[in-house]
Amino acid sequence: MTTLAFTLAVAAMSFGAGLLGALTGLGGGVVLVPMLTLLFQVDIRYAIGASLVSVIATSSGAAAAYVEEGYTNIRIGIFLEVATTIGAVAGGIVATWMSTPVIAVLFGVMLIVSAWFTRHPRDPWLIPTRSSPLALRLGLEGTQPGPNGPRPYFVRGVPAGFALMMLAGLLSSLLGIGSGAVKVLALDRMMQLPFKVSTTTSNFMIGVTAATGAGVYLSRGYIDPALAMPVMLGVLAGSMLGARLLLRVRAPLLRKVFAVVILLLAIEMIAKGLGGLHDPT
Amino acid sequence: MTRPDPTVPVGRWSQGRVQHVIATMLRAGVFLSAGVVAIGGIVYLLGHGGDVADYRRFHGEPERLRHLAGVLADLREGHARGIIQLGLLLLIATPVMRVAFTAWLFVRQRDRLYVAITLLVLAILALSLLAPDWETGLAAHLRG
Repeated sequence: MTTLAFTLAVAAMSFGAGLLGALTGLGGGVVLVPMLTLLFQVDIRYAIGASLVSVIATSSGAAAAYVEEGYTNIRIGIFLEVATTIGAVAGGIVATWMSTPVIAVLFGVMLIVSAWFTRHPRDPWLIPTRSSPLALRLGLEGTQPGPNGPRPYFVRGVPAGFALMMLAGLLSSLLGIGSGAVKVLALDRMMQLPFKVSTTTSNFMIGVTAATGAGVYLSRGYIDPALAMPVMLGVLAGSMLGARLLLRVRAPLLRKVFAVVILLLAIEMIAKGLGGLHDPT
Repeated sequence: MTRPDPTVPVGRWSQGRVQHVIATMLRAGVFLSAGVVAIGGIVYLLGHGGDVADYRRFHGEPERLRHLAGVLADLREGHARGIIQLGLLLLIATPVMRVAFTAWLFVRQRDRLYVAITLLVLAILALSLLAPDWETGLAAHLRG
């Protein structure tokens, strides 16, 4: 197909990915890489590079809105960004070693695991009654907006959160995703933050993590401007529309649909990866 | 000892203002970079729209587009891909700017620990963006 046709088709599909990602809150990157590799036969490294770029764009836009709401805990974000950026750099190095079929299989596994975790929310009554000494020393406590003024919350599980954040960074660079799910997992379950604080702070960190990964990919030539262009613009437009429609669409039904789509994509990615392992080109 | 949120009022900066600056910075970065990418995209399609597209083979981007100096050189010659690449660099710079601004916020609060932490994040970011070859060297070294 011609470059023009290819560009328009990619932009259209990216728009869909961004829209779906924004409506379900699960991120477009997760759908983007399989879509590009399975549907358009794009080499997975190119797809990951383009996806990372779009992740920076969408998360920065969302972070802008969240910061003004007042739930984002900037200290936790900055502190844990040490972990995510280290992980992201490591992920970039690992990506050099790994063969693309293995990356494809890993991607499929990641999809399944994240589909599993989104179905099992944390017990709402597991709220810490005080912060851990380390959290106190690092000044990680914060407040969230409440009807009667700011309500403080407590923070625990800092080492575990830090470790999981390194993994989040690693996965982000390796698979071209935002790793928002892993980040929320770390903040929500390990550090036991209020959910809205977890989601907004996670979003705050995604951009920096993806930028680190993108930097590595850019310098390795994994980012093709001709591909990144329609992907970035398409996802951006789609997610902006999705954010607007968010209030009008029923989220639970969408998430179920998304979970099915994710599972199908996971199977395809793993199949493609396993097929590639037997027949390396 | 609890530390105040960096967005609390300091001097003439109210919390709302700090949040607004961060938000504006992020939005402006995204839209500016999207604009540059779009312009580059249009120029690119005008010149290459009829070419046959093939992304199956990974052959790496031309060496020139991998580093800032190369991108700028490409830009001078008006190459569309260089324009797009510049837009992408602007996009990557957006979260970096946000972190740098956060460092400044901590300086205002005289929070030495967090100034150090933020500078560490910036250092890691700079490392990944400006010195890519040390990683390839490290990877090759680790492989033996």
